Amino acid sequence: MLRLDQLATRHVGPLSLTIAAGECVCVQGASGSGKSLLLRAIADLDPHDGEIYLNDLACSAQPAARWRASVTLLMAESQWWAERVGEHFPVGVDPAWLDGLALPKDALDWTVARCSTGERQRLALLRALMGQPAVLLLDEPTGNLDEQSARLVESLLADYRRCRQATLLWISHDERQAARIASRRFLLSDGQLTALPQ
Amino acid sequence: MSVIVLSPLDLSLAALLILALAALSRHLRLGVERQLLLAAARSTLQLLLIGLVLKVLFDHANLLWVTLIAGVMLLVAGREVIARQKRRLLGVWGFTIGTLSMFVSAFAVTVLALTCMISTTPWYAPQYAIPLLGMILGNTMNGISLGLDRLTQDAFSKRAVIETRLALGQDWRQAIADSRRETIRVGLIPIINAMAAAGIVSLPGMMTGQILAGTPPVEAVKYQILVMFLIAGGTGFGTAVAVGLAARRLFDERQRLRLDRLRNA
Repeated sequence: MLRLDQLATRHVGPLSLTIAAGECVCVQGASGSGKSLLLRAIADLDPHDGEIYLNDLACSAQPAARWRASVTLLMAESQWWAERVGEHFPVGVDPAWLDGLALPKDALDWTVARCSTGERQRLALLRALMGQPAVLLLDEPTGNLDEQSARLVESLLADYRRCRQATLLWISHDERQAARIASRRFLLSDGQLTALPQ
Repeated sequence: MSVIVLSPLDLSLAALLILALAALSRHLRLGVERQLLLAAARSTLQLLLIGLVLKVLFDHANLLWVTLIAGVMLLVAGREVIARQKRRLLGVWGFTIGTLSMFVSAFAVTVLALTCMISTTPWYAPQYAIPLLGMILGNTMNGISLGLDRLTQDAFSKRAVIETRLALGQDWRQAIADSRRETIRVGLIPIINAMAAAGIVSLPGMMTGQILAGTPPVEAVKYQILVMFLIAGGTGFGTAVAVGLAARRLFDERQRLRLDRLRNA
């Protein structure tokens, strides 16, 4: 369970929200409304006021790296620092997941430079999943994907959520996608979340 | 063999080179003539002054005076490190980190050389201590300013990568490890190049000076080797310390990358 308590960062908040384990919540809002800022604050990448709890354990009470390992932010644009894809996967990757995202078995042997934007985005998702986070903060994880790949990502994330009782906080611009994946939807505007009708 | 004394006329002739260069700069509109003339004037004045200071200092070998001069050299070097950076750490940090690392490495190496290798009496004999410190400090300063400049620019341009690594649960050391390694390497390159080319491509300035002053070449060479090793040690360890401290300062207590601690370029 993820709980935001009076969380405030720059022009977002203070806002409070509780998301159950195994639940997927979608956040929508205009560009610049602070959706990404909200996720960055939850991942403790930006200074913020208020507190965030994961299963009643406060963010500030844990080492920052451990917090981010369990509350992992997947940024909108994937970033790579080594030459080969595999170097970003210290413990390898579940072959079933590669398959689930229509990536070939040898994808880890690729050089990052030869991957398309969409392939990188899917690989970045797998990289984040390999850390087995309890909470995934997803910043438009299908932003660079075609409809078919987007569906694969949605179903992989749904499986992950069910198997591990993971909490998903998902930013999406796509109304229909939001309706498909989320049990609750919120609109972020003027720094506040308003529940949207399902 | 004795030193041939240079007359003011000799120096004036050499100064014509600078004037000619300034004229070229003006002609080609390089825009550096002012800087060039100012730098030449500064170096003339500064060197004449230090010549006088050293003359007095050599006549009165006194630990207090040697320490004072060394302190002034260190502070000026610390200021120079700051001035050479495009995005320096704000507040007292930029100055403190550079100065502290130069102090730790350059002073330790100099004292080590004076006490264990050259074994002068007293160990702070200014004729050895000040020139030695000057050479080591100058090179360490170059290494540290190159290193810090590279680190802060790197952190700025690779912000997204570093934050992605943090977001995946890596700690700050891992997240900036690549930049840190690369940065220390950059700081070390000048001295590695200097050592590699020494004697074949270039005759190092110190050795040349000693030979001009009448020292037998083999003796001058031995001093040059000593000085090169000292410089390499001072630069390498100094850069490593400075980059390590600065990298730490780029992150806060929650291991967030804090580029707001850098001055905007």
